[in-house]
Amino acid sequence: MLPTLTEEQRLLKDSLERFRQQDYAFEKRKGQLAKLGAKDDPVWAQFAELGWLAATLPEEHGGLGGSHADLALLMEQFGRGLVTSPFVPTVVVGATAFRLAGSGKQKSEILPGIAEGRTKLALAYLEAPGQLDPAIVATRARNDGDNFVITGNKIAALYANVADHLLVSARVFGQPGDHQGISLFVVPAHAKGLAIDAYRTHDDGWAGDLHLDQVHVPAEALVGSAGSAHSTIEGALDAGAAALCAEAVGAMWSLHDLTLDYIKVRKQFGATISSFQAIQHRMVNMYMKCQLAQSMALAGMAALDSSDATARRRAVSAAKVQVGRAARHVGEDAIQLHGGIAMTDEYAAGHYFKRLTMIRLMFGDEEYHLRRYLGR
Amino acid sequence: MDVRNRFETPEMRAFREEVRTFVRANLPEDVRRKVAQERMDLPRDDQQRWHKILRAKGWACPGWPKAHGGPGFTDDQRYVFEREIAFGDAPRSMIYGEGMLGPTVMAYGTDEQKRQILPGILEGDVFWCQGFSEPNAGSDLASLSCKAERVGDHYVLNGSKMWTSEGHIADWMFGLFRTDNSGRKQEGITFLVLDLKSPGLTVRPILLFEGTHEVNQVFFDNVRVPVAQRLGDEHKGWTIAKYLLSLERFGTAEVSRSLASLGRLKAFLKDHDPFRHAPHQKDAIERRVAELEMELDALEITEVRFLFKHDGANEVGPEASMLKVRGTEIQGDIFELTMMCAGGAALGARRDETGTNIEATRRGQDSALPYFNFRKTLIYAGSNEIQRNIIAKAVLGL
Repeated sequence: MLPTLTEEQRLLKDSLERFRQQDYAFEKRKGQLAKLGAKDDPVWAQFAELGWLAATLPEEHGGLGGSHADLALLMEQFGRGLVTSPFVPTVVVGATAFRLAGSGKQKSEILPGIAEGRTKLALAYLEAPGQLDPAIVATRARNDGDNFVITGNKIAALYANVADHLLVSARVFGQPGDHQGISLFVVPAHAKGLAIDAYRTHDDGWAGDLHLDQVHVPAEALVGSAGSAHSTIEGALDAGAAALCAEAVGAMWSLHDLTLDYIKVRKQFGATISSFQAIQHRMVNMYMKCQLAQSMALAGMAALDSSDATARRRAVSAAKVQVGRAARHVGEDAIQLHGGIAMTDEYAAGHYFKRLTMIRLMFGDEEYHLRRYLGR
Repeated sequence: MDVRNRFETPEMRAFREEVRTFVRANLPEDVRRKVAQERMDLPRDDQQRWHKILRAKGWACPGWPKAHGGPGFTDDQRYVFEREIAFGDAPRSMIYGEGMLGPTVMAYGTDEQKRQILPGILEGDVFWCQGFSEPNAGSDLASLSCKAERVGDHYVLNGSKMWTSEGHIADWMFGLFRTDNSGRKQEGITFLVLDLKSPGLTVRPILLFEGTHEVNQVFFDNVRVPVAQRLGDEHKGWTIAKYLLSLERFGTAEVSRSLASLGRLKAFLKDHDPFRHAPHQKDAIERRVAELEMELDALEITEVRFLFKHDGANEVGPEASMLKVRGTEIQGDIFELTMMCAGGAALGARRDETGTNIEATRRGQDSALPYFNFRKTLIYAGSNEIQRNIIAKAVLGL
């Protein structure tokens, strides 16, 4: 996906390819997924060992100081191999929130744990079906001496059930929709008054709905200052969205390759179906969608380095819109060009399609990002 | 002039009201919920219970003439009936027995075959599945190779059938088997009906990628079928299959089902008003809902124009292929939009075993499943590519 690779990036790519082709080959994936909900997921330990969890974290906090290009490389390979893990919620979204607004103490406590594979994070920011905007927060946090007391409900927090710490948005003043008045808190998974209703997602990952009933947290649990977490959450979500775009591009190329291989061997009416022009043109359309999505994903990822928040928002939103639309097109056509075989559980195409569809729904869909691109 | 006005006579209105009231009063709630969740993998018991309720009323097998125990509806009544069944979230009729095999036996079966086959379908006691597709015969159905060898007064079957919907809940199969290889591939195919409990027959489930069990692969290892269970002449099954498939194409536009699905999306948007803080997005969603409504309108009017061009629905020509193409495309768009409107709630795969988790559904939690599951509709019953080939060849003369 990257135009050129450094020596380190080539090594990183080699290790990722080896992993997805050997340890995470499609036949082995079901077995790996069974352990995904466990606290001591062996795949996660392997990620830590291979240095992938540390790759993009800052050197002063136990990371390897990698760039967003390294993140793009990791995500694309995860996408190609349909590698399912809490990587994005923890290493991308969670860590970014701390890097943007965390105190020195928080960073030195949390980030090394992530790099070593000891700590997982989950962001809980959605509250209702259909809602995508992180400013729509009705969950309340009220002051109680030196403490905050949080009460409210959250839905669809990715990997909330395996997280050691939950990042929970709560309102200290204002109304749902206001950018001002939102705070972000680190809530330990075992906090009193916190209940997590966990469930599997369609892409074989996990998510949880949170019920917070008078959860007491100390003032040090605030990430950033009280009432001004909106830009932190947006920044973290943008990093997550850019990472998912890169992952989607990898998944789309895998679907492209699977489909291209299949139409060359599937015979009907006495010929391989790849000899029919109607099929060729659709295959070409898939190819073009993949290429254009790749370009947008790269631009979105590059924009994470921008100091101009407006430029970053526009680039990430443009990528999410384009990649999301391409994901639908490529996913649906990959299944259609295969025919019945792609509808089955034992064939990989449907699973890529499910992951791509879940990515469209995560961190803002195409309508949401189109609106955000327009600054509305 | 709206061609749908033909359903607005006082008699038709009274009939529509009668069907609507009956469905409301008699459809079991647990079955209704599953249908409202867009489930096509209804258990045998659910289908059977509803069928027997319709049977008691005299409305089972709505496409069948009175002579064979059907209600003998006029085409107008049939149309209105199917529409109300869909709006009331009642199960689809049992397509393989009552929709496909029944009318085919009436057209091609011997009197003895009619006596043996039709009552079981009418009473809802015998479930049928279809043995047409094979691993290497999908869109190119005529290339099928599952063999039936004539040995005395039996055929001996070897090979396998693929994508057999409901094969795991059916009692009997009708299918196409290769009896001769010497001529054109459309020749040498024979239409047989057989008991799924026959020795040498095994049904292997095929799980779909979203987790449902609807289809199977059926293997034949020297399965013996009496010659008397052949429909029509030996080697002449292709003609019968073409007739039977023309019935299938007619049933797949699903306009009323789509209107019901779109109604559920509108109810979800009204209940949750998820975009109340985002007026531009709300506007965009409302536009898409309106566009889908218009698309369905166009499809429905086209369907009525096609169906009532001649006397009798079975006279519909190859242009009916476009109803299947557009019907399934629009259905896919409705489920996609429904899922996207649920946002984060659509991530969860939370359908429970009983399928009655209506609270989760109301919250949008099952909304990705129909989107995934219904991709099959663009592939099955003659893929949309094959339907376009039919229009190109038989309508446009290309």
